[in-house]
Parts: sequence; C-alpha cells; structure tokens
Amino acid sequence: MARVVLEQVTKAFQNQSVVKGLDLVIPDGSFTVLVGPSGCGKSTTLRMIAGLETVTDGKIMIGDQTVNQLPPGKRDIAMVFQNYALYPTMNVYDNIAYGLRNRGISKKECQVLVEEIAEIVGLTDYLKRKPSQLSGGQRQRVALARAMVKKPKVFLMDEPLSNLDAKLRNQMRVELTSLHKQLGSTFIYVTHDQVEAMTMGDQIVVMNDGHIMQVAAPMNLYQEPENLFVAQFIGSPPMNIVSAEGKSEHVWGFRPEKAVLLPMVVSAITSEEMWNARGQVVSREILGSDTLLHVETEKGRVIVKADSEVAMQVGSSVTVTVPWEYIYVFEKGSGKRVGRMSGREPVSTRAGGDS
Amino acid sequence: MYRVVLASRKTVEWIGLLIVAFLFVFPFLWMASTAFKTMPEVRQFPPTLLPETWEWSNFAQAWESGPFLMYTWNSILVAVGILILQFLTAVPAAYAFARYKFPGRNLLFGLVLIVLMIPGQVIFLPIYVQLSGWGLVNTLWSLILPYAASAFGIFLLRQAFMQVPDEVIEAARLDNASEWKIMWTIMVPMAKPVLVTFGLFSFIYHWNDYFWPLIMTNSDEVRTLPIGISSLHMSDGGTLWNVMMAGNMILILPILVIFFVAQRHIIKAFIYQSK
Repeated sequence: MARVVLEQVTKAFQNQSVVKGLDLVIPDGSFTVLVGPSGCGKSTTLRMIAGLETVTDGKIMIGDQTVNQLPPGKRDIAMVFQNYALYPTMNVYDNIAYGLRNRGISKKECQVLVEEIAEIVGLTDYLKRKPSQLSGGQRQRVALARAMVKKPKVFLMDEPLSNLDAKLRNQMRVELTSLHKQLGSTFIYVTHDQVEAMTMGDQIVVMNDGHIMQVAAPMNLYQEPENLFVAQFIGSPPMNIVSAEGKSEHVWGFRPEKAVLLPMVVSAITSEEMWNARGQVVSREILGSDTLLHVETEKGRVIVKADSEVAMQVGSSVTVTVPWEYIYVFEKGSGKRVGRMSGREPVSTRAGGDS
Repeated sequence: MYRVVLASRKTVEWIGLLIVAFLFVFPFLWMASTAFKTMPEVRQFPPTLLPETWEWSNFAQAWESGPFLMYTWNSILVAVGILILQFLTAVPAAYAFARYKFPGRNLLFGLVLIVLMIPGQVIFLPIYVQLSGWGLVNTLWSLILPYAASAFGIFLLRQAFMQVPDEVIEAARLDNASEWKIMWTIMVPMAKPVLVTFGLFSFIYHWNDYFWPLIMTNSDEVRTLPIGISSLHMSDGGTLWNVMMAGNMILILPILVIFFVAQRHIIKAFIYQSK
C-alpha cells in the first residue's frame, strides 16, 4: 500500500517537453485513471512512475520514498502492458514465476504463490501452455497474474484492455474494478477511452498537452468541468459550445442530454425562461434507447440527445431549448470555467474547483 | 483453361526444382558411390552409377592410413571451441548493439560490418605473425582464437534481438531481472532459431575449413580432419580415389547428422528472417 506523489515532474525528449511540471497526489488505495487524447503525456507519466523513463525534472515518491533513482525492479510496483508483453518462450507458469525467482524466492514458495494466483484468475488448467497457445483474454489474465503475484504496492496499467474485443473488454472492466476492491492496492490506469475512465476510476486525471486539466471524481468531472477541454473531452457526445449572448469574452456550453427539442410550431419560449435556438435537424444517429440529433441552429451546430421515442425526422424545423441552470459559462481565451447561469446572469459557483 | 495453365505452371516449377536439386545432389551421390567402389571400377569407362561390389574396406583403409581418431578429436575441439567462444562474444555484443544507445555505436557497428567483408586470406599473414609472436603457432589455440569473435554472428544476432518488442524487456526489468539475466533468459531463447542457424554455419565452416589449419599447423598432433583427408591424396602409386572419397564421407558424416536433426530450426530461422 502506498500513495504516489508527483512534484513538478517534467519529461523532455530532445528538448521537447511532453510532460510539463506535473503536480499530482494519487491517494493510497485509489483507482486513479489518467485519461487524455493521444500524445497528452499520460503514458509517459505512467512510465516515469514505473521507472522505464527517467524523470527530466521534479520528484516522484512512492510511499515515503523518492524513487527517481530507483530501477524499475526495486520500486515495488507491477505493470500491465497494452500488448501484454508476455515472455513468448516461457510457459504460463514461468511467466508468472519469473519475477518471483528474480527476487530470490524459493522454488517451493514460488509454486504456492503461482498456483494461488492462477486459481484466482482462472488459469490453473493453462499453466503448461505457451502464450502463443492462449486467446487474447487468457493472455491478458496471464499479464494480470504476473503483476498480482508480486503483491506490489502499486499497479500500473497502460491501456490494458484496448487489444480485447468489446464484450471481453466490458467483462474485464468489471473484473478489474472488483480486483481493485479485493486487493486494496493503489491502481494507476492509463486510457484514452473516457468510458473506461468514468466507469473504473474513483479519481480521474484529465491530461492534455503535458498538463493536468482537472483531477476529480467521475461525476464531479462530468457535472463540474473546470475548463472547456474537460467539458468537451468527458461525455459522449461532447458538451455543446455556443457563443455567449451579451458577453463576448465568454462562451456557453450545455450537455446534449440537457437540451429539449420542441417542434417549431409550439415555440412560445422566451429567452427569459430558457436558452433557445431555432434550427433544423440535419442528421440522426440512433443508439438504441437514445437518439443523437444534429441540429443546425442560428447559433451554431449542436447535438441533442433525445429519447428515441420522441425522435424527430431529419429536416424537421425545431427549437432547441436548455434551462438556464444547465448552461455553463467559460472564458473564451483561457477556456476556464466561470460558473453556471442563473436566470440570464452568470454566477461564479464553482463546486469542486480550486483555482 | 485456367486449370490447365495452373497445372502446366506447376509442372515447369517442379522441373526447375528437380534440375537445381540434381545439380546439388549429384556430386554428393557421386562421392558416396565412388567411396564404395573398387579401384578398377573407379577407373572403368563408361563409369558405373552404382558400385558393382560394395567395398566397405575403403573406409577402414582411409581411417587406418593416419591418426584419424586424433584428427577427429582435434576437429571437434576446434569447431566446438570456436562455437562456444563465438556465442560468448556475439550475444553480449549483439545485445549492446541492438538495445543500448552509446557514443560511437554506429561507428563500431560499421567496423563489424567491414570485418564481415574482409576475406580471411587477406589478413592471415599479420595474424600468423602475431600468433607466432605469442608462440601459439602449431597449437590448437592458433586454430580457435582468430575466430573467437564472429562479425557474421554479431550481425545476425543483432537483427534478431532488434525484433524483440521493447515491452518484453521492460516487463523483465519490472520483474527485477538484471541486464545479464534479461540477455540470457529472455533474449537468447527468443533468438533460438537464429542462434541454431548461426551455430550450424559456424560449425560447418570450421569443421570443413582447410586453409587455416593448413597454414597454422605442421604436426599431426594439432591437425584436423580436412588436412588428414587431403593427405590421402598423396599416397604413393597415384591417388586412391575410392579411399579418398571414403575419407570425405567420414568427414561430412557428423554434419549430415546435425543437419537432419536441426533442419526444422534452420528452415524456421530463414522464414523469420524473410518476414
């Protein structure tokens, strides 16, 4: 068990910084997800915690120990890689036992530990097989078992599910979450998939361009995004952004499911009651229970998530309405959130924000 | 129509392969056949394809015409000794070239490639002088030491090591494996087909090598099989070709055995290479 602390951590490759002065506390026993678009520095950050990349500047602590100079094998961590990185010439048993043997654990003890872990991840019948004789899901389990058997303080996972098919991925997501609860260790998980981030993490770190954009619990992140980037990165489809009325230094945003579409004929809505914009449905994506309607309005193109029951046809004229309290206000240049609207006036209520 | 074209193409391919196979196999069969003939039958014209009487005594005669047991033992010592040293030098060198960034790496690897292009005959004189300075000429060391590091081996292994995914090595580092351990327990097993192929090339080359033992040795105690066989050539009363060929059969027998055992690995190595 250990918390992980990053202080002003910077990483540069040939004078180009990919991680820029990161300050982050990953609490002991948390399931922290680093999420962001590709190239945002999330994997590099994880690899620095693992010790696979050197830290250009700053300090990384695992528990009470500064680990900057410690080799990966001595950090009491385990990592699961995207492509599993199993040792192809060893069978499943040896793959799991390799790390134990390198720590000088006796053969007998190794056997007990490996068999115990194999039982947990359901690999008991496969111990004699080579990785090439296993399915993708089984390889993933071997990779997990190899990490678990070392009983590390911190688990690092670099997009471990992205090579699995959708069904298996959902299943593994649930299994990983329960594994985390069972083990109680600190998990640090890197993904570009916001669904994975939202469903698994209890603390989500949104990164972009080497900076942390926001650190928050999933619901907080969704409901109280601190800036435009988070607002548009978290949530599918992303938050709609329209120009602010009256204040040119602001922009407004609202979630697609908070908007309500009204047929043009019934529009007796005034802007005193709600934000509204007239337009036309230009395309429709049916997701099942919900339908996404792309509406070209006088105030820009927006996406509205509506119940499939009330789905409008493409081409119908509509009014998009959003209650004022669901309108977020952001600064135009910096993208920082100012607050939410109350009536027609912005108010700076910032739940969960710190700067 | 299409099937006819396909079938005739297959036929042409087969004929081509048979011709090539014949070119390679025939001299070999001719040697084997001659090794079993009597001397009059060897001289007979037109020549017979198969011996009329199988003269097994040719082998005994070849074996007894010199200290062949000693030659064989020397050959084994030399070929195996070279092989072991080459592995011990090539594996770490190839690992460093494939996996480390250090100043002068490209220059050093360039040097390795240059060595690969220099034929042994060009540098045998300076090596001879050097070895004689150390008093090693006419010892088995003079046959082994000059080949202790193989540029070909380093080159081949480097390519194989470069194909190992980074993550596998990183996983091993996280598993607390030292560089030395990663090299021998992860990299070497993964490069096994290439190692076997290289080992085979090296063994065959040095087992058959005639030139180097000829210039480095002058007494039977340190001579190898090829030199021994060639001495059959100089027996008085003209060359006994049947005995000579029997000697050659003795020479290549171990290689044939190894080849049949390792065939699977050799084919695998080449399939990997061409990927």
